[in-house]
Amino acid sequence: MASLRYERRISASADAVWEVVRRPESISDWFPGIVRCTVDGRRRTVVTATGLEMDEEILTIDNDLRRFAYRVTSSLFRFHLGVIDVIELGVRDTLCVYSTTAKPDTLALLIAGGTAGALEEISRRAELRGAA
Amino acid sequence: MGRRILFITTDQQRYDTLGVNGGSYSRTPVVDALAESGVRYTRAQPTSVVCMPSRASMLTGQFPSTHGAWMNGVALPVDAPSVAAVLHDAGFATALIGKAHFEPFMDPFGRFVENALANLGVPTVDQPWYDGRLGVHRGFDHLEFATHGVMGSLHYAKWMREQHPDSLAGFYPVVDTDLNVNDRGGGDTGAPQVQFNSVPREWYHTDWVAQRTIDWLGACDDDSDWFCWMSFPDPHHPWDPPRAEVGRVPWREVELPANYPASAQLRESLIDAKARHWRAWYDGTLVSNYEAPKNWVPATLTADQVREVNALNAVEVELIDEAVGRVMGYVEGRGWGPDLDVIFTSDHGELQGDFGLLFKGPYHVDALLRLPLVWRPAPARGIAPAVVAAPVSLVSLAATFLEIAGQPAPEWVEGAALPVTDDDAHQRGFDATVTEWDSSLFGVDVHVRTVVTVDHLYTEYGPGTMHEGNEGELYAMNDDPLQRENRFGESSAADVRATLHERLAEHDERPGERATPGLLVAPV
Repeated sequence: MASLRYERRISASADAVWEVVRRPESISDWFPGIVRCTVDGRRRTVVTATGLEMDEEILTIDNDLRRFAYRVTSSLFRFHLGVIDVIELGVRDTLCVYSTTAKPDTLALLIAGGTAGALEEISRRAELRGAA
Repeated sequence: MGRRILFITTDQQRYDTLGVNGGSYSRTPVVDALAESGVRYTRAQPTSVVCMPSRASMLTGQFPSTHGAWMNGVALPVDAPSVAAVLHDAGFATALIGKAHFEPFMDPFGRFVENALANLGVPTVDQPWYDGRLGVHRGFDHLEFATHGVMGSLHYAKWMREQHPDSLAGFYPVVDTDLNVNDRGGGDTGAPQVQFNSVPREWYHTDWVAQRTIDWLGACDDDSDWFCWMSFPDPHHPWDPPRAEVGRVPWREVELPANYPASAQLRESLIDAKARHWRAWYDGTLVSNYEAPKNWVPATLTADQVREVNALNAVEVELIDEAVGRVMGYVEGRGWGPDLDVIFTSDHGELQGDFGLLFKGPYHVDALLRLPLVWRPAPARGIAPAVVAAPVSLVSLAATFLEIAGQPAPEWVEGAALPVTDDDAHQRGFDATVTEWDSSLFGVDVHVRTVVTVDHLYTEYGPGTMHEGNEGELYAMNDDPLQRENRFGESSAADVRATLHERLAEHDERPGERATPGLLVAPV
């Protein structure tokens, strides 16, 4: 099992950042390579640009803590846990942390590689939202 | 007179696998003939001993610490400098057919262009260039990709899945169910990454790359200038050439390499004289990088497995030579021969049993560092055949292409054009080459810098998981060409060590802008 974590300091309010990530169906807007997404209750299915379909379970959407947690449940993984934490540092100063724990280890590296790009897009969208 | 450049690369092919370089198992008459009518380099060295950084250096003319793709799994930025873009600007039709690997292969999200192009079925796509303009991806008008087998989403794999699905199972599964490099044994000896492959030769990736190259050239006008990078995925593992071809080199008749000590005691004593990560990998207690099977222990490698791997490697090298022959025949048939420069090389070497090891890693010895490099200048240019013994680096390739094309080298090119004689090398200061290694995988960090001169091979290890930062290796190339006797710690070598340390310091402090090191976002 491997755990990898990327974080990004974003010049937007924590509410603006949280607004980008809190809706489960929004992942295809900001996660690079996820081209489609359907949500049915706690179950989310994402489809990547290579046609790979992955089922996920939404574990937590905590508006108070601003924490979003989910698991990829597809058979490719023996374990996966993805957590996005949005932490207020100041008025327009937010730390967004995207953690990936997975087994096999190689999948942690692959998914976390995507989360690094996701943080860039989350940041771009939150800063646009904050400027609007 | 037109200007045409055929750049031929193989993957993981060491110097001594060509007949003209003393290889005794693969017959390579086509490349040998290019060497005999052109310039053959006997001391050519990559900037890195793994694929992505080395290939990125060929494209950019920069060392990995400059272009930023410091290890496999780190993408070269899409707007990195590219010699293909300069040639495109100069009116060349530009293509890369075969293995590119400037971006990670393992890409479930399809985030990288190389994978996306195959999915989209388009020859290229506009991207930002190094100078802020938009242009075809990395300067190539046409891109068609292949790698080591039929996994993944590149063009060759898709073609095989669509056209020959019954043959897919013949290929070795490069990765296992955990997506690690597979350690499954096969063949007659149970060697890792070996499999008898039922695929017919004409559907194997070597012939596919040659045929797709011919098809692209077939669409070029007679008078067009072109730059074609024909990039064979072999003889990189897995060693699974078409079974019908395997009888070319019976493995039982293959001798053990000069640097394979038959006695385990001698192997281990030689390894123990090197930096300590060598022994840790050999014993299976260290996995520093993704490129060798995680679950394979090198100490288990048998002499027969070395023979079989080397026989299959030789078969793959022969198939490449014949494929090059087909393309050369086509080019000659189009009347392009007199104006055609051909450069043949590989991105890095392969241990192939040296010191009882296979594959590659942070082990900077000739098995990985010394490469075949042949430049057959266009006959119309009148450059005399020569053998160049001076150390040269693949970082010089980009400048060489530009010189052939009559284009000035931009500031971002770090290497000078290849010398064509030893006198030329001497006059232009080709006296040392540097290879870099930086890896960081699941908490294991290794940092290596090596400089090779005519007389010495000198390595320093930076601080990392296995090294304090004061370890190194020093080999006298004339007295110890197999690099068995590490003189780094000898007091009598202090002056040599100081001189070579200074060369590495100069390399680290060389002028020029460095790209921000990229993120490791995939294993490969």
